[in-house]
Amino acid sequence: MDETEVRRTPSVIDRYFTRWYKTDLKGKPCEDHCILQHSNRICVITLAESHPLLQNGKAIESINYQISAGCSRLQNKVSGKSKRGGQFLTELAPLCRIKNSDGEEYTVYSCVRGRLLEVNEDILTRPNLLLEKPSAEGYIAVLLPKFEESKSITDTLLTRAEYEDILLKRSAVKVDQ
Amino acid sequence: MLPLKDKDRPIAVALLGAGCCPRCILRFCCVSLQSAYRQPHEDILFELQRFIHEKVADESHGATEEVPADSPPCKKVRLEAEQGGEVHEGGEDISVVEGKSKICVVCLGVLQDFCDKDFAKKVAEAVTSEKYEFDSLVLSVSLPAQLSVREHSAWLLIKTEVRQKGLCLGKDDVIQVKEAFKWILQSLLSQQLGVPVVSKSPLEVSVGFTHPETDGDCHFLAAACSGCFKPAKNKLSVFTRMAVAKALERISEESFRRKFTCPPWLPATKCTVQEVQCLHAPVFVAGRYNKFSRTLPQTPWVIDGERRMESSVEELITSPLIASFQAEGFNFSSSGREDVDVRTLGNGRPFAVELLNPRRARFSPAEVRKIQEAINKSSDKIRVRDLQIVTRDAVGHMKEGEEEKTKSYSALIWTHKAIEEQDLEFINDIKDLGIAQKTPLRVLHRRPLAVRQRVIHTMATRFRDDHHFYLQLRTQAGTYIKEFVHGDFGRTKPSLGDLMKTETDILELDVESVDVDWPPAVTDPESGENPDLPASPQHGGTPDC
Ligand SMILES: [Zn+2]
Repeated sequence: MDETEVRRTPSVIDRYFTRWYKTDLKGKPCEDHCILQHSNRICVITLAESHPLLQNGKAIESINYQISAGCSRLQNKVSGKSKRGGQFLTELAPLCRIKNSDGEEYTVYSCVRGRLLEVNEDILTRPNLLLEKPSAEGYIAVLLPKFEESKSITDTLLTRAEYEDILLKRSAVKVDQ
Repeated sequence: MLPLKDKDRPIAVALLGAGCCPRCILRFCCVSLQSAYRQPHEDILFELQRFIHEKVADESHGATEEVPADSPPCKKVRLEAEQGGEVHEGGEDISVVEGKSKICVVCLGVLQDFCDKDFAKKVAEAVTSEKYEFDSLVLSVSLPAQLSVREHSAWLLIKTEVRQKGLCLGKDDVIQVKEAFKWILQSLLSQQLGVPVVSKSPLEVSVGFTHPETDGDCHFLAAACSGCFKPAKNKLSVFTRMAVAKALERISEESFRRKFTCPPWLPATKCTVQEVQCLHAPVFVAGRYNKFSRTLPQTPWVIDGERRMESSVEELITSPLIASFQAEGFNFSSSGREDVDVRTLGNGRPFAVELLNPRRARFSPAEVRKIQEAINKSSDKIRVRDLQIVTRDAVGHMKEGEEEKTKSYSALIWTHKAIEEQDLEFINDIKDLGIAQKTPLRVLHRRPLAVRQRVIHTMATRFRDDHHFYLQLRTQAGTYIKEFVHGDFGRTKPSLGDLMKTETDILELDVESVDVDWPPAVTDPESGENPDLPASPQHGGTPDC
């Protein structure tokens, strides 16, 4: 009956990463992102569990890394230890646009300043990864912040506790309504 | 008697007149008899003067005038030499003068004031004060680059002389200042220290000279041969000995004579000797280590300038070595490395330590064994076996074929889904599984992004409970085991989780063997047996993988 175990030991993310959040991106309600920062400063950009794409039970229709006519995140290439050639992104640089079966389109943003190392191409062929494992195989992109900015880039992000607080307030508003 | 021939006479006359020291004259006469240079300065001068005057006396059929020892080089000789004229037609003009106070225009005093017992004593004291253990040494000498300019000027001077006499002499036949200096100082130094001074030895003693007064002497070459002087990162000045020598080969005689005096101008100061430097060749020590702790990094772990973890494998091994060899520094290398939370069991991991500038370098096998015991007594977090002194070349074996070697691991696995023993059976049947690993996120900040193909040769499972099992793996070296187990955000494919169709994680990891056959096993120098039994892991401490 007890098929799965609630772990007593910390998970990979717990062990090596810090969870940071950015909510209501660009003023759009509940479009929350989660940034997993490794102790080596690398950041993995993911959808937060409260993001509408993960809440409304709709299937993913399309994922597009072509963010403008002249720029596709799929063309990003890095070489060498110093990751030469990678696109340098600011906090509000779009990473991709995702459409669900209702035709609603959402933009995922980089959330932190840094060099783009890779985007997750697996979700193009298996969009369900995004819905099933948003903070693992369903990640969006990997960024490397500048060494000197590795501490300051999280200044404008929310901690896990602050994020949970916001979720509580949102549900309280809902109950009021 | 100096081994000089008649043909050397015009050379000796010209150089003596130009302000050359007696030893430099021997050099330009191509005297290769080392003992000739070792005679006292005054004796060589006396013999040279006799050599010159003998002939002159023969030629002029009369007595020569006695020349006062302190008078300056004869103006007439110099003037005529510069004009390339015939200089010694009559005995009166050969006022060959060499005073003790005069600094040689060619060697700037190197073959005058630094070739006696007193100087050898100074060098010997500098060596002794460093407390090296040594039974021979090699002497290296560095001279100011501008000395080559003076050498060239003196060469042009006698070349004119030689040509007029129809003699044939090449610049390469001239004995180098450095060579002559070594002939003299080596034997003096050997007497002082009681060890041979040879051409190859682990202990190198360096004597360096500078001469600030003439530093500007080679600057004209930069204008004449700019291509020879390119700034190099690790050089203080572009005027290296190599560059100056190259420029001197290229510059025409006319252009050289226009820009520099021939013979060289008379300096007011002699060379300054720099601090004597001693350097012992490094000693290489190799062995194998076990690491029993999950909180011990291999090398000191520093984040943001702050130290994490109080020690490291490297420090535990090298501290007793540095103390015993009295080394100035070290370089630690090993056949691969393990993470801070990974133990290395079995026969251990091969390592080598390069000990830099050691004061002590010779140890018997029994003494090496004592050092090994000291390392093993200092901590129970590591253990060292097969400690031995090896050659630099042998260290290469450790890195050879590192990629082709296999490694064996043992891991404790957690599964999200409950498992039964039979759920594991299929894993035991997998052979030579190819996997594709993207550079793990945990090292991606310092390594290039790439996808690497690796092979998991075999796996063996042992059931523990419904969410845990032990996994033994034999893999190609360079496989990232942790990422194979947890998948690294789907960046290792397939992962163990993919195979088992559930989330899996790794709670403990041990390296069971590193299949590198180096260094060889060491037998106990006393009993003749190898007492290094396979290490037993010491339990205790919570796994924090
Ligand atoms: Zn000289």
